[in-house]
Amino acid sequence: MSTPHEGRDEHADPHLQHHFESMAQQYDSGKFGMWLFLVTEVLLFGGLFCAYAVYRANHPEIFAYAHQFLDKTLGGLNTLVLIVSSLTMAMAVRCAQLGQQRRLKQMLAATLLCACVFLAVKGVEYQHKWKHGLLWGTRYVAQGETAAPADAAGVVTTPEPAAAVPVPADGGTTLPHAATGPAGLAGDHPQDGHGAAAHGGHGSAGPAPRNVQLFFGIYFVMTGLHGIHVLAGMIAIGWLLRRASAGEFGPQYFAPVDFVGLYWHLVDLIWIFLFPLLYLIH
Amino acid sequence: MSTHDATAAPPAVGSENYLNCSHGFRSWFFTLDHKRIGVMYLASILSFFLLGGILALLIRTELLTPTRTLMSADDYNKVFTLHGAIMIFLFIIPGIPAALGNFVLPLMLGAKDVALPRLNLASYHLYLVGALIAVLSIVQGGVDAGWTFYAPYSTTTNTAVVTLTLGVFVLGFSSVFTGLNFIVTMHKMRPAGMGWFDMPLMLWALYATSIIQVLATPILGITMVLLIVERVMGIGIFDPALGGDPVLYQHFFWFYSHPAVYIMILPAMGIISEVVSVFSRKHIFGYRAIAYSSIAIAAFSFLVWGHHMFTSGQSQLMNMIFSALTFSVSIPSAVKMFNWLSTMYKGSIRFDTPMIYALSFMFLFGIGGLTGLFLGSLATDVHLHDTYFVVAHFHYVMFGGTVIAFLAGLHYWWPKMFGRMYDEKWGRISAIIISVGFNITFFTQFVMGSQGMPRRYYAYVDKFEPYHVISSIGSYLMAVGFFMTAWYLVKSLYRGRPAPANPWGGAAMEWQAASPPVLHNFTEEPVVGDPYDYSNQTYDPAIGGYVRRKTEVSDR
Amino acid sequence: MNKHHEGPAYAHVVSVRTLLGVFGALMFLTILTYAVTYVDLGALNIWVAMGIAVVKGTLVALVFMHLLWDKKFYAVVLMSALVCVMIFIGIALLDSGQYQADLIPGYAPSIIP
Repeated sequence: MSTPHEGRDEHADPHLQHHFESMAQQYDSGKFGMWLFLVTEVLLFGGLFCAYAVYRANHPEIFAYAHQFLDKTLGGLNTLVLIVSSLTMAMAVRCAQLGQQRRLKQMLAATLLCACVFLAVKGVEYQHKWKHGLLWGTRYVAQGETAAPADAAGVVTTPEPAAAVPVPADGGTTLPHAATGPAGLAGDHPQDGHGAAAHGGHGSAGPAPRNVQLFFGIYFVMTGLHGIHVLAGMIAIGWLLRRASAGEFGPQYFAPVDFVGLYWHLVDLIWIFLFPLLYLIH
Repeated sequence: MSTHDATAAPPAVGSENYLNCSHGFRSWFFTLDHKRIGVMYLASILSFFLLGGILALLIRTELLTPTRTLMSADDYNKVFTLHGAIMIFLFIIPGIPAALGNFVLPLMLGAKDVALPRLNLASYHLYLVGALIAVLSIVQGGVDAGWTFYAPYSTTTNTAVVTLTLGVFVLGFSSVFTGLNFIVTMHKMRPAGMGWFDMPLMLWALYATSIIQVLATPILGITMVLLIVERVMGIGIFDPALGGDPVLYQHFFWFYSHPAVYIMILPAMGIISEVVSVFSRKHIFGYRAIAYSSIAIAAFSFLVWGHHMFTSGQSQLMNMIFSALTFSVSIPSAVKMFNWLSTMYKGSIRFDTPMIYALSFMFLFGIGGLTGLFLGSLATDVHLHDTYFVVAHFHYVMFGGTVIAFLAGLHYWWPKMFGRMYDEKWGRISAIIISVGFNITFFTQFVMGSQGMPRRYYAYVDKFEPYHVISSIGSYLMAVGFFMTAWYLVKSLYRGRPAPANPWGGAAMEWQAASPPVLHNFTEEPVVGDPYDYSNQTYDPAIGGYVRRKTEVSDR
Repeated sequence: MNKHHEGPAYAHVVSVRTLLGVFGALMFLTILTYAVTYVDLGALNIWVAMGIAVVKGTLVALVFMHLLWDKKFYAVVLMSALVCVMIFIGIALLDSGQYQADLIPGYAPSIIP
């Protein structure tokens, strides 16, 4: 193959692809591509933030009521775990840049461990929600007084399916029972339960508003998509760990560590916003 | 692929190039060469264009009579949904950027490949996966929600919505990767001496397109995700039965899908900028104005999506804001149009096939763009919304604009892609047939629509029958034109005259490569120069193409 | 900054001290945002929480993601995404605030058999 570009300044670096002239150009291209990819991630979550904002602005009572069922201590713990993992990831990038092979592996392993802890805590939270019917859409079970969030023994006694929604009993356009639409219209809805006032010191959110399932729908989509990103990040870090074990990274070639790092920090960044929006509603 | 070349052709074609440098399925399917990926994209999108076109003919045939002609009403709903989804997501969006753009972008930069070749291949593989999933929905019985998948119908109908939306989700990733790659390539791979304002306008158009692809497509992704979880898990965000908000779905959908129409039209405008200048033998008029207008269209595209929602429950305030912003899009579009016309003014115009398509584009896009202003006016839109007027408008823009420009680009770069000249006479005849057929098909729809014929209707009142018959006849005429095009293009691959490096006398860098180019594009370092300066070329009848004058060496 | 010997030529190496400093700030801000929920600031609560989140996010982006030392264009790219999201959220909010009252409660044809 005749190559017109002769001025390659790095002589035969095995990582330099044929169409680049230097490692710096290759690194810059990859990094720029990674940033553009992060942009798409920001927008992907941006859509969910938009859904959140629209419902929160129009139905604040749902959020004020429903957030009490989230455990903000666990959420806070997860925030701290992710911040630690971000630190270890940033350290890993540094180690790769300086060619510190052993510490690079340690840092990557620590990041992976933090990610596992994060998902485990998330799993505990999900399990709790599942047990109490704090779920989305038709699966939401109205919360009685016994189902206060901190009350682990609180078994929901009346698992009345809050919505057997599509009941085309008379042919199509019946208004389903729980389908009371956007709140704020005609407030004569039978109260499904009372606010879980047992929580914290400020839990006097009063009776349950309608459409609480919306909050849990948004909660599960946002945290679920974030969880999938954590999972993807874990796969990427595992891949890095394997390559680091083979000693592939060093001052001349650390781009993969750097790029996965950027991704991991973005996942952390998104959680930094999710945490107050979902858990810390006042 | 090109085993025939070796025997039948003179050295230009017989020598090693990207088509014959390696053989076998794997050498194509796992190639990192942008040219081969472009050719694979081209073959794929043309297959889907054929499929979508057949569905269009089915629709037109069904509408020949006011009642049942071919199929049931349910099948009709599925056919127009598939026609829309296939044409939009599988043909037009990847059409110019991923197929033609992939091929010419690195060549126009004098580069050896796009910046991220593996991502480029991944984009194609994702396209195939997405396309397969989307086609699977046909096997599952089709989808009848329309290509826009409006909630709450899309969340309640019992057809294969999940499959098709999953396909669209995957295709969105493919589109993002292409756009991302192009942006990085244009930033990092420009050769020394080529500043931003020395790039061919096709690249400016692709740059603007890529910005939209990167910024808007993720919203489509999340919309499709929400629709899927809505259907699979009943999450209820768009479902009013669960307290959700169906109008919000339309905000989500159009936040992507309005910019998406600029993903479709911007690269088309880039092709026209190239073709008009080359075939007028005149420097492009208003280079910077065209370049900036591409970016302006990309920027405006994010501010006008609400004009799809004037009658859907959007608030009056937003209606007014979106209507006003919509009119502003016409400014950069008109800037381009006037610059093309000024480029042609006093040029020595040559009516080769690409130029006929380019002229056709200006005529059709002019109509399409101006009727858009009718629809952007609030009061008029209430009358015209969801009528055939809208159908005609977007076909004038998408078909009369993008597809015609795609054909212009296909003919313009065909010799470069395959090293063969097609039959010019048949090229011109088909171009004229397609343009005439197009106008017969869709101009009648403007008339019908303004008289109140609603879109997507299976049965209609008798007074519209003559219009529908004329429209259907026009569509058959177009089909004839397309089959002729397919015939002479395929024939050219085997019998065509070997193409010279520069058959049209273009001055952009892709014409400095051989036709077809070698694996890494250029055998000698390409010369960077003004992409619209035709002064230092002469026509060499011996090779049937243009060559640089030897005497002067341009060193801009 | 210990920008010593073997670091790569085309990228910045962040010092351990800087990383730990930012880490400490992030930890502190997390605890702060948690604690502030126990103080009733009325409508201000969400803005305080969001303000803290923005500060944290900026720290992560500037230091952990190297924006402070990298090409400024990456910051422009990131900002363009944020502007896009702002436009989307802003317009959706503006619009939904007005049409919400007109939505027909619970109205959706039930077609699924």
